[in-house]
Amino acid sequence: MNLDLSRFVQPGRVHRQIYTDPAIFDLEMERIFGTAWIYIGHESQVKNSGDYVRSFIGRKPVVLVRDAEGEIRVIHNQCAHRGSLVVANDKGNTSEFQCCYHGWTYHLDGRLKAVPLQHGYPRDFDPKNPQTAMVRLPRVASYRGFVFTSEAADGPSLEDFLGYMTTSLDDMVDRAPDGEIDVAGGVFRHAYDANWKLYLENLCDAAHPWFTHRSSIDAAQRQSDDVYSNGSGEIAIRQMRQNGAPYSFWESQVGIWTYPNGHSYLGDYHDDAKLVAALKDPLFREYIAALEKKKGKEEARRVLEVRRWNSNVYPNLSFMSQFQQLRVVHPIAVDRTVVHTYNFRLKGAPEQMFRNTISFANTVNGTGSLVLTDDLEIYNRIGMGLASKGAEWIEVGRGLTSDVPDAHGGHRGTNSTSEIYIRNMIEAWLGYMANGPVAAVRAAS
Amino acid sequence: MARRPKRAKKPAAPRRRPLLSTLAGAARRPAQQRLDLHRCEQFLLHEARLLDEAKFDDWLALFTPEAWYWVPNEPDQADPAETVSLIYDDRRLLETRVRRLVSPRMYSQEPRSRTSRIVANVTIEDADSTSCTVRSKFMMIEYRREQQRLFGGTALHRLVQSNGHIMIAWKRVNLVNCDAPLDGITVPF
Repeated sequence: MNLDLSRFVQPGRVHRQIYTDPAIFDLEMERIFGTAWIYIGHESQVKNSGDYVRSFIGRKPVVLVRDAEGEIRVIHNQCAHRGSLVVANDKGNTSEFQCCYHGWTYHLDGRLKAVPLQHGYPRDFDPKNPQTAMVRLPRVASYRGFVFTSEAADGPSLEDFLGYMTTSLDDMVDRAPDGEIDVAGGVFRHAYDANWKLYLENLCDAAHPWFTHRSSIDAAQRQSDDVYSNGSGEIAIRQMRQNGAPYSFWESQVGIWTYPNGHSYLGDYHDDAKLVAALKDPLFREYIAALEKKKGKEEARRVLEVRRWNSNVYPNLSFMSQFQQLRVVHPIAVDRTVVHTYNFRLKGAPEQMFRNTISFANTVNGTGSLVLTDDLEIYNRIGMGLASKGAEWIEVGRGLTSDVPDAHGGHRGTNSTSEIYIRNMIEAWLGYMANGPVAAVRAAS
Repeated sequence: MARRPKRAKKPAAPRRRPLLSTLAGAARRPAQQRLDLHRCEQFLLHEARLLDEAKFDDWLALFTPEAWYWVPNEPDQADPAETVSLIYDDRRLLETRVRRLVSPRMYSQEPRSRTSRIVANVTIEDADSTSCTVRSKFMMIEYRREQQRLFGGTALHRLVQSNGHIMIAWKRVNLVNCDAPLDGITVPF
C-alpha cells in the first residue's frame, strides 16, 4: 500500500479513516505491531522452565515461554509443517510443544526436536533450519519483570523506547515492600466493536468521567453508607464518587504528561483521604510500616509520593500502580478490539491490599461493572459514528495552544483535560506508519 | 368423639387425613411452610420475571440485608476475594447497581436491553428447616441495538425463609462463557 498517511493528520485533528479503513489497519499491524516493542507478559507468569502463556502480537498468535535454560522466549504459535496452531491452552507447564496434526515436536525455545516419519520428506529437508521451527521473535527484553518483544531485528533498545516511562513501571514494582510483584487474581477479557486506538485514547481522558460515568456517579453519591458492605462495595462506591469530582478539579489538579514514542500518564485524581492511601486507614498504616521496614523511611516516602493514575505505553499497554492494574490491548480487526486486564500482588504487603486490588479491578475493569460498561458503550458508539462521512475530521485539539515542555523531555498539558496524549499517540502513529515528512499534530514548542 | 363415626365412612384413607390436614394447617401459618421444590421453583420463576420486566427495585427487595450477588470470571472459581469477578456485589453495591439501572443517563442501557429467560432443571441441595440451596439452569436472550446475545449457565440461590417470605441470602451465577471476551454486561442474570 502506498498511501500518503500524513494527509490524515493535521494540527489538532485527525481523519476518521485511520479508525475505519481496513487497509490502514493492515498497515498498522505491519508497521506498528510488527516493529515496535510490544508488551507480552510479566516474568511472574512464567516463573519456572516450561511455564508458558499463549498470547498475540497484533493478530499473530505467539507463546511466551521460559525455556529449559531459564531464558524467556517469545515464539510464533505455529507449526513449521502445515501451519497449525500448536499451543491451544491459555497457559500451562510443559517439557516440549507438540503439534496435534502430524506430531512434530519442538523444544521450549521453538527449535524443532523431532519429526515422525522423517524419511518421507525430501532429502534437502533440514530439521535444523532455524525457519523450520516455532520461529522465535528476534528481540525479547524485560524491564523490571515486564516483558516486551519486537519483530524488528534492529531498533531502539527497550529502555530507549520506554524513555521516562520507566519511572511508571518502577512505580508498579517499588510499591512492593519486598521489591517484587506477581501477576495474580485472574484475567478479565472485554471486547468492543471499534478500533484499538480508542482504548488508550480513553485511559488518560480526564474530561469524560463527568458525562460518560454520570449514572454510576449519581447512583454512588446517593448510596447510603449504612447499608451492609463486606468491603468490596465500599471501594467501588468511593471510586465511582470520585469520578464525580467537579470540573475545576479535573482541569487543574490531575495533570497529564506525554513522552516520545506515544507514551503518556495521567496524574492521580485521588488524594489521601479519598481512596486507598487514606493515612488513617489501619491497613495503609500497616503497609507503610512494612515498606519503611524494608526500604527505610526516606525511600518509602519517595515511593508513596509518586502519584500517577493510568500510564500508557504505546501501542498496547496501560497500567496503574495505586491498585496494581495492567491492561493489554489486542487489535482483532479494524472494528474489533479485545482488552485483557491483569492484577498484581505486592509481595510483602498486607494480604488485604490484594483483596482491595481485586475489588477495584471488579469496579473499573469488570465486564459487568458499573463503570467499564459505559466506557465500552462509548467505544462502540464511536465505532458506529465514525462510519458516517458527515464529519470527516476528528477534533483532538483540546489544549493545543497551552501545552508546554516538561523537565524530562516530554510535554504536559497545563490543563489536565488537554488532549495532548492523543496528539502524542497520533504523532507516534505517524512516525511508525509514514515514510517521508511528518505533519505536526501538536503546536510548536 | 363426634368425628370418629364420620371417618369410619371413608376407610380407604383414614390414616392419611391427619397428615394432610397438618400440611393444610401449615399453609395458613406461612412461617412453618417447608421450602419444597415447588415453592423454590415458583420463586425462581418469579425472580426471572421481575428481571425480564425490568422491575429491578422489586428484584432487589428479594435479597436479605447482608446478601451478595456473584458472577465469577472463571469456571469453578473458588472465591470472590482473591480472583476478579464479572460481578461481585455486596448488598451496598447491589443497591447502587439497581439505582444505576433505572437512571436515564445509563448510556450502556440507552436503548434498553430486552431479555427473555428460561429457568429449568431445578434441584434442592443443602436444605434445613428454614433455608436451602437451589441449583438451576438458565438461558437468557438479551436483545439490544440490533444485536442478540445468548447467555446460559447454572445459578445457585441460597434461599432463606423468614415470616413466610422467601429471600435470597446469596446468588451465584456460573456463566458457561464467563472467561470469554465479552462486551458489557448490564442486565443482571
